[in-house]
Amino acid sequence: MKVQTFPHGVHPPEFKELTAEEPIQAMPPPEKVIIPLLQHFGSPAKPLVQKGDEVYQAQKIGEGQTLFSASVHSSVSGKVISVDAYNHPGGNPIPAVTITNDGQDRVSPGREEAKDPFSLSPDDIRQKVKNAGVVGLGGAAFPTAVKLSPPKGKPIDTIIINGCECEPLLTSDYRLMLEAPDDILKGAELARIATGAERIIVGIEDNKKKAFEIFQDKIRDYAGETVLLKTKYPEGAEKNLIYALLRREVPRGGLPFDVGIVVQNVGTAKAIWDAVKNGKPLYERAITVSGLSIKEPKNLLVRIGTPFQDVIEFCGGLNEDANILVMGGPMMGITQWSLEVPVIKGTSGILAWPAPKPVLEYPCIRCGRCIEHCPMVLVPTQLAKYVKFDNLTEAKNWGILDCVECGSCQYICPSKIPLVHWMRLGKNKIISLKKKKSA
Amino acid sequence: MTDKPFILQSSPHFKDKDSVPKIMYAVIISLVPAVFASFYFFRFKAFILIISCIAACLATEALFLWLRKKPFNSLLDGSAVITGMLLAMTLPPSLSLELAVIGAVVAISLGKQVFGGLGYNIFNPALVGRAFLQTAFPVAMTTWIPPATIKINTATLATPLGNLKFEDAISQGTLTPLKELFFGNTGGCLGETSALFLILGGLFLLFRRVSDWRIPLGILLSLTVFTGAFWLVNPEKYASPLFHILAGGLLIGALFMATDMVSSPITSLGTWIYALGIGLLVGLIRLFGGFPEGVMYSILFMNTFVPLLNRYARPRILGERRKG
Repeated sequence: MKVQTFPHGVHPPEFKELTAEEPIQAMPPPEKVIIPLLQHFGSPAKPLVQKGDEVYQAQKIGEGQTLFSASVHSSVSGKVISVDAYNHPGGNPIPAVTITNDGQDRVSPGREEAKDPFSLSPDDIRQKVKNAGVVGLGGAAFPTAVKLSPPKGKPIDTIIINGCECEPLLTSDYRLMLEAPDDILKGAELARIATGAERIIVGIEDNKKKAFEIFQDKIRDYAGETVLLKTKYPEGAEKNLIYALLRREVPRGGLPFDVGIVVQNVGTAKAIWDAVKNGKPLYERAITVSGLSIKEPKNLLVRIGTPFQDVIEFCGGLNEDANILVMGGPMMGITQWSLEVPVIKGTSGILAWPAPKPVLEYPCIRCGRCIEHCPMVLVPTQLAKYVKFDNLTEAKNWGILDCVECGSCQYICPSKIPLVHWMRLGKNKIISLKKKKSA
Repeated sequence: MTDKPFILQSSPHFKDKDSVPKIMYAVIISLVPAVFASFYFFRFKAFILIISCIAACLATEALFLWLRKKPFNSLLDGSAVITGMLLAMTLPPSLSLELAVIGAVVAISLGKQVFGGLGYNIFNPALVGRAFLQTAFPVAMTTWIPPATIKINTATLATPLGNLKFEDAISQGTLTPLKELFFGNTGGCLGETSALFLILGGLFLLFRRVSDWRIPLGILLSLTVFTGAFWLVNPEKYASPLFHILAGGLLIGALFMATDMVSSPITSLGTWIYALGIGLLVGLIRLFGGFPEGVMYSILFMNTFVPLLNRYARPRILGERRKG
């Protein structure tokens, strides 16, 4: 079978066998949930509850204020015990609502179910998605309603459903594709209606053949196709996925809208369906808990706000050798220093493994492998040097802002130079300079 | 549950197994067949030259690391050993040990450490050492003894290329046969003689993805086209491209010297320009220059363009508009 892909990229070891055969298991809700009011970049939601309030499950507790912010909902029913800054897996403390669980899961009254979701207007779909606080579940947690609102003059022709899950270790998307293919495709269909697209393309990596076969069969009821992609990192990165499937290049600094495309992760597609059909807000998600230091690796359906501690205990706990705790995948995930942090909408996995031996950093020997593997075709070694010497103008000219921080360059670097770190530093410096100028 | 703190680090958390020392050791391994071939053709002379060059390179590297107050563990990264091996492979087997040691000291000091050590040098260090010797001791550097496998009564033997240039070998009918060039049964530098063993090592480096395939291919391409054009027009005067590929330092240059990561360009386009340029220059020097051989100067010359090529041969970013 023909397998499509993009140029460059890397192929790290997958380790998906740890959890690939583990069905998604609903984890019992914890005694206490901590729900941050900001779960992606942008501005925090405005809290709608205060200390002492009783809340229903699925009740809106934070209202998205601006375009790029999303509402948050309670994942359990119970009592609000604090609305205060709390440790966040992103690194900095963020205002969060802490709720003790009364164990009843009393659902808020007046939850609307749509009888015939496919006859809804695009605006209705967007509104329901926005109300449900749906964000991209691939990791970046971009508000989905925004992605479903193409700007005027930019017609959308294709909805791409991203079933790549190219990060090693993670298998929750794979399990979702096996266990809920109909919900995913119905969500995709709603996204298609909302954006006025003509067709749906589901892209699945060839290490998930079983999922591919299911989708190839099911897609017949829709206007669209399923495409097998090469197992390569970062196949699921938006711009690379678009290139792999359609050979279209998203212009520098542009969005998939610019080439008539909207990309949704499989989990997000399911969340769209749940939100529109059942009026169910995004208060739980599928995650993979895996890695050599997790006693019983599992795929779980976890309530948003569940502390990592509870999740890991449910998976048998950590082995003694655990040194590295990561939220997300091994290539782009964020290391955590505490088990207190809660699962957020962007948590695709919780991973733990023993620290590898420290590696020596060598000077760059100009092997050019970072260039050969950069999916954005940048020159990481040169960019790192510009940032090191604070030559931000040149760094910008050489495309540092096009870097997606996928980590391919640093993965492949034989000198073990922390290239992504330099990229982030450079990007942050450029962005803060810009803010200063405009202020 | 563990009580010890977790490690915080920047993503990605996975790293490829390949490392600088592993790459360097791969280069050393790839040179082994050619080194053994030189033992076979030049016996003890080859052995002692290679050993003293490596020792002198390591000693010079150590001295500079000490002077620059740098950790000594970079001695173990293998790069100084490579410089020593490569330098020795480009020396005439009859060269005295003192001169070889001088070459090695120059290679490491002026070729590498003055620029800041591994990763910062502009030129291939081994070739800097050789260029110095060639200029300072031209006679010693162009006196060739026959390999131990040839039974003749002369003390010296012209190299195949010298023979071609100065002795009018084609019309005399004394041009070295391709078969002898391929196996290495001719006069020349330690590592110039056996094409077979150089190709073996070079292929290993290509498969190991240590050297960039564009470099040997580009060099061979432009040399073939250039010398081939003249050969087709006048085969009475010019040797065939295959002769030019197998003779002299072309193969060791194309497979081991020009492919040095540090002194070759980092982008694909730059690499093509660099490689094609080397092949063309080799052809120019061999056919029309004063020297019979031009691989060393061609590589050093193109090395100087690498910073420029790195700057102007930037690849097109995904989504960047094509010019025009």
